[in-house]
Amino acid sequence: MSQRVKNILGTLVMYKSALVGILVILSLIVLSIYTVVTIPYERAVKLWNAGEAIWLDAPRNALPKWINLFRSKKLPETIILDTRTLGHNVIKVVVPISKTLSRIRIELTFEYKYDEFPSEINIFFFVSYNRSPPYISISWIKPNGQVFKIKELHVKRSGAYYISIDETLSKNLYKYFKSKLGKEINYSLSPEIALFAIEDESILNRETAKPLKGKYKVVLEGMLFDNNSNVDVKLVIYGKVYGIAGTDHLRRDLSIALLWGTPIALSFGVIASVVTSLLQMIIAAISAWYGGITDSLLQRITEIFMVLPFLPILMMISFFYKISIWVLLLVVIALSIFGAGIKNYRAMFLQIREFPYVEAARAYGASNLRIIFRYLIPKILPTIIPSIVYSVPSFVFLEAALALLGLGDPLAPTWGKVLDDALENGALYKGYYYWVFEPSFLLVLTAFGFAMLGFALDKIFNPRLREM
Amino acid sequence: MENNVLLSVRDLHKWFYLRRGLFKGVGYVRAVDGVSFDLQRGEAIAIVGESGCGKTTLGKTILRLYKPTSGNIIFEGKNVTNLEGKELMWYRRETGYVQQDPFGALPPFMTVKKILEEPLIIHKVEKRERIKRIYEVLEEVKLIPVEDFLNKYPHMLSGGQQQRLVIARAILLRPKLIVADEPISMLDASVRIEILTLFRELQKRHNLSVIYITHDLSTTKYFSERIFVMYAGKIVEKANTLELLKEPLHPYTQALIRAIPDPDPNNRFILRDVPPGEPPSLLDPPPGCRFHPRCPYAKDICKKREPEELEVRKGHFVRCWLYA
Amino acid sequence: MSSVLLDVKDLYLYYSTRKGIVRAVDGVSFKINRKETLALIGESGCGKSSLAKALLRLLPRNVHIFKGHIYFNGEDLMKLSESEFSKRIRWVKISMVTQAALNSLNPVIKVGEQIAEPLIIHKGIPKEEALKKAEEALSLVGISKIFADRYPFELSGGMRQRVIIAMALVTNPDLVILDEPTSALDVLTQANIMNLLKKIKREVDISFLFITHDISLSSELADKVAVMYAGQIVEFNDAEEFYESPLHPYSNMLLASVPTLRTDKKLAFIPGSPPSLIDPPKGCRFRPRCPHRFKKCYEEPPLVDLGNGRYVKCWLYAGGE
Repeated sequence: MSQRVKNILGTLVMYKSALVGILVILSLIVLSIYTVVTIPYERAVKLWNAGEAIWLDAPRNALPKWINLFRSKKLPETIILDTRTLGHNVIKVVVPISKTLSRIRIELTFEYKYDEFPSEINIFFFVSYNRSPPYISISWIKPNGQVFKIKELHVKRSGAYYISIDETLSKNLYKYFKSKLGKEINYSLSPEIALFAIEDESILNRETAKPLKGKYKVVLEGMLFDNNSNVDVKLVIYGKVYGIAGTDHLRRDLSIALLWGTPIALSFGVIASVVTSLLQMIIAAISAWYGGITDSLLQRITEIFMVLPFLPILMMISFFYKISIWVLLLVVIALSIFGAGIKNYRAMFLQIREFPYVEAARAYGASNLRIIFRYLIPKILPTIIPSIVYSVPSFVFLEAALALLGLGDPLAPTWGKVLDDALENGALYKGYYYWVFEPSFLLVLTAFGFAMLGFALDKIFNPRLREM
Repeated sequence: MENNVLLSVRDLHKWFYLRRGLFKGVGYVRAVDGVSFDLQRGEAIAIVGESGCGKTTLGKTILRLYKPTSGNIIFEGKNVTNLEGKELMWYRRETGYVQQDPFGALPPFMTVKKILEEPLIIHKVEKRERIKRIYEVLEEVKLIPVEDFLNKYPHMLSGGQQQRLVIARAILLRPKLIVADEPISMLDASVRIEILTLFRELQKRHNLSVIYITHDLSTTKYFSERIFVMYAGKIVEKANTLELLKEPLHPYTQALIRAIPDPDPNNRFILRDVPPGEPPSLLDPPPGCRFHPRCPYAKDICKKREPEELEVRKGHFVRCWLYA
Repeated sequence: MSSVLLDVKDLYLYYSTRKGIVRAVDGVSFKINRKETLALIGESGCGKSSLAKALLRLLPRNVHIFKGHIYFNGEDLMKLSESEFSKRIRWVKISMVTQAALNSLNPVIKVGEQIAEPLIIHKGIPKEEALKKAEEALSLVGISKIFADRYPFELSGGMRQRVIIAMALVTNPDLVILDEPTSALDVLTQANIMNLLKKIKREVDISFLFITHDISLSSELADKVAVMYAGQIVEFNDAEEFYESPLHPYSNMLLASVPTLRTDKKLAFIPGSPPSLIDPPKGCRFRPRCPHRFKKCYEEPPLVDLGNGRYVKCWLYAGGE
């Protein structure tokens, strides 16, 4: 048996299509193993469904980092400065003035060298106090020395100060520029642009506005009113690129879903394909061998299933029950077993059943089951291997399609889910092509790999099919 | 006197129900239509007939690959006609089957070793005994050195070697009866006699009873003690081999013998005296004696009544109104 | 007019397959005279069917080498283009009778029309006349004219074989190749067909190339015998000489291995099996199985001329070494 497998592998590698296919499939498998080992499933699911709290440091809808390799105008990466992790560009000084009063000054410095504006600016406060909240005033200093007073506030609780959507700040900046340049700015000048822009005529048009490169400083000064008061601050200047795959609308790193989509897609596709084909083969063999009522019954059942509308039933089940992806797998298999494959295999078995060696086996006393499993099935097994390989992509696509329709597992990080999110959030309309492209590419790559392998296997196994 | 009869077939019938929906009505193909004979231990009989005469069906029915429509098959005193289950397994162990197509009779995906192990495993022979038996049997059919053959697949063997393997498989369980259906007709001419000789040796050595089914009358001289001639589902003549070939009584047998050429350059100058026409359909055989449409001696009675079997000479039986 | 109808000289036909080059016809020469039957005897895989196809140029796509001379009525057929060959020779001067398997005849065309087809296609005879000739051909082979209007499945095996013979004869060819014409038939039907062929042989000016693996059957028609082994003809002899005392060791052993009905003889068998046509043994191809082999047999034996066009390819007859 292993000798035959060696022979087959030997012939297989003679075909270039097989080599390409095997290469693709192997890379997908390696990717899956890597993913499963580095990010355990529960953690991945938790991360994926955690909500904004965990993802707060990531920009929304960011492109993958490597996109900058192809761009002349570099997109910014996210810059995070946190007073809880001190460094040379984070200075925090607390000077006590009296028994309860202290002065606090925080200086956050960063270098901005990108050609594009950041997507968002947030300041997160981590505050603790007994009775009176600290009072903080925030200033923004551009490399050219220009100082902007951004806000003054009592920091009553820990939380985020969303600079980018501060309307008042926006209006003030707008007035400032209007008076400086003497002209109207005819687009909505949001703070993340204004606070970075070169302050000349270029700012009048969104397309020509350019950020000022250089050293920026954000200064937070204020007063602490208790002994135990403390203020920590995290400044996040959100870039437009993130990670290997970018982020989605919920700031989630897409690479998690894309990486985890690989083992899920592969196992879904392979399990569905193999189990369905094997079960179909066994049922067809039983049907063909026993004939009579068994055959009639199994064939009528098959015909009924073949007539049933597959997708609407799945949709119904999905609608009534929230099903996990593995239950979905079971349902898909259950609905697929009594399909056209049975008719095909049965036709083959009806032929094989008449072969002399089967008759000989009866003559030396082989039982019905033994004949089915050791004489009939091994004869057609080689010829159905190509079709097993071919069906893998169709099951992978099926899962993706179900996710796109909003069915299937709402929690699982799969390629289909990413695609679903993308389309539901108007990715194409908004120009976030990478969001659609990445999962699609992986789906097509999988299909391609299995198809190539399937073609080559077909050439090897099926010239002999007619010999049957 | 000790009862030396291994197999007794009494009035055996095997009919197949044929559905022909649109054109013809439903009917029965009467492949075996009243066959009776006794087979001694260690005796080889040849069942000779043209294709479609029912000889293959007779062989398969005796092996219980088909269930008889009526009649009895008695093997070693036991009535095996309707056996099922464990008892049928016993019968399967006592019988062996050699088929016509050596390559088709072997599972192409099993090695020689696996092919021979199968019957042993099915009949619960324990492992050590299995190996021993496989070696024995391969040596007997001269597929040696055995090690060279164990891991080969059927397509790696020549036609002759394949048929030896089929014979080896048939004698694995030390059966008492072997049904061989055209065992050499698909082999090359140069290999046929070799295999037939080997088979004959094995038969003599193990005192096997063999039912040798063939259309080639010339080989019966080298293999069988008696010949049964079959026509349209019935046995029309039974006799010792040499007596039948020298003095055939039934007109069909006589025609068969006249029809067969030996290698002789004078053959091309003579026309053979053979009846025209073809063997009848088993679905709707002629009334009376089934050979009468082609028989040069057909009388009125032949068209109306089927002749009974008569012992015209000692051990020589014929179904023909000429001898009534 | 010379009595030599067909003169084949050094014919080669090789196929290329995945496993290698199959040397199906490997330097074959023979002659057939007018009104003469040559029986070509050989076991399966010896190349005899390929030889038949080569003569009718019914070649498969994977032909590797096809060369030599086929002189037919003095003309070298190898020099003809495909269209010329198809128009003048195939099924006009040379035709073929194959086995009467169920699919040798077109199941959806009436018998009469099928027999008439070669006349319409190759000789351009109008349909009415062709159908009439077809009916004549049917009566020549002993089938009533009624059957011209029937379909092949309505005929028995023996009748179908006669129809195929009628198809081969309808254009009055000079040479008919009979390729195992009776192997699918019963013994009695076979005898009837052989009787028919004997009758035709006697009454019509025609030559037969009778290809078969059945030596006994070959003697029913053979005037001359050619024995083929591993792509080559190893003996070419008169029928009388051949069946009494064949020359080549292979012919001898083959004859000795055939059971006979009327004579009592001890059967011998040939050890080993026929060689593959892809990698035949060097020198004499029968050497590995020959009981008379000696050192010289490692060289390719010559065609030893025995006079009157007869020859044997064996060192035993080569005279001085």
